[in-house]
Amino acid sequence: MNTRQKIAIRAAKEIKNGDIVNLGIGIPTLVADYLPPDREIFLHTENGLLGVGPTPAENEVDPEIINAGKLPVTANVGASYFSSSESFGMIRGGHVDIAILGALQIAENGDIANWAIPGKDILGVGGAMDLVAGAKKVIITTQHCSKNGDAKILKSCEYPITAKGVASLLITEHAVFSFIDGKMVLEELDEEMSLEKLKDITPSEYIISSTLTSYKIN
Amino acid sequence: MNKIVSAKEAIAHISDGHTVAVGGFGLVGCPLLLVDALAEHSVSGLTIISNNLGEPGGKGLGKILVQNKIAKAIGSYFTSNIDAVRYVNEGRLLVELVPQGTLSERLRAGGAGIGGFYTKTSAGTLLANGKETRLINGEDYVLEFPLIPDVSLIKAKKADQLGNLVFSKTARNFNPDMARAGKITIVEAEEIVEIGELDPEQIVIPHLFVDFIVKGGNA
Repeated sequence: MNTRQKIAIRAAKEIKNGDIVNLGIGIPTLVADYLPPDREIFLHTENGLLGVGPTPAENEVDPEIINAGKLPVTANVGASYFSSSESFGMIRGGHVDIAILGALQIAENGDIANWAIPGKDILGVGGAMDLVAGAKKVIITTQHCSKNGDAKILKSCEYPITAKGVASLLITEHAVFSFIDGKMVLEELDEEMSLEKLKDITPSEYIISSTLTSYKIN
Repeated sequence: MNKIVSAKEAIAHISDGHTVAVGGFGLVGCPLLLVDALAEHSVSGLTIISNNLGEPGGKGLGKILVQNKIAKAIGSYFTSNIDAVRYVNEGRLLVELVPQGTLSERLRAGGAGIGGFYTKTSAGTLLANGKETRLINGEDYVLEFPLIPDVSLIKAKKADQLGNLVFSKTARNFNPDMARAGKITIVEAEEIVEIGELDPEQIVIPHLFVDFIVKGGNA
């Protein structure tokens, strides 16, 4: 199990029976591999499909069934297809229970930055702003620090934000944070990570929950 | 009234400076036969409304871009075509970046006679700069205006001879929204069937939105 899989496994535990879930690109896509088999879960993709099924075998690919990452998927029994405006009406209208997305940066007040880097071409936003503004619960899955070791969990985002104060839960390989009334709360800490070390790699302010537990992976 | 024409006849309705909406999410649901006809059509200064600008190597709308026929693109995700990124950097293409849900809703509004709408999407971000923001029920909403293309190019699974349409799986995407919004709507249908063959309960786009039908190939 690598850190990306670990984060995906932890995120999958947040999904309840009957939830409508939209999975973003990257670590969120991996969540589909760890969905609890005892629960009925419906995956929504914003290009117009509710009831996304597993990736097909190469010889069974239908070129007209793709997800928002433009990768081939299947449609489960009970699936439906719809237009883009209807799909985003579902999202903005609060009919999608959970959106799981990656982030470049996240701030202690729940601001998310995941679409643009200053100084680089800003030519793609996709459905990210609609998803974070509209989903009932926004779960951010990300490695705790960037590839070159920079902190990603900050007092305030340096990159252009995707939406203000919308994160509900932040899951990294070391810890789980919730966002309650504009405050960031440490809920779970991995057994191999100390509170002091976590503080060193997490510039944002956060409260330690009175019910702090170890990271729930099993 | 006969709506069935050749791709060349249909595309002749596109003139210099027109705004043209083109269906598809990437190449899925993109009317590639009509795009090929547009590549053969002499025209310039187009504004294209489409989620993406085709794929690199001149696929889909990428082909029209490298012919220098596009002055401006309105869409949500252009990063997947390196040619589009290059054209922007060289100052040869203007881009209006729109969140994907706002893009589809602006088209829906355009087809439904709605003069504008407020959405939570993009509130407090760079993409709301210069736009009216209004506090509604304690949350910030951004005012967005409709999109009404001069011509919409649509891909459907089946059309009957009146222009009633059904779509196929995730190839539906932006096509119904664009079909409703276009002043002139041109459909590339994989199959054209007799009137009465489509179940009225299954029709996604009623024929009054459709001006011309072109027989396309299979997906």
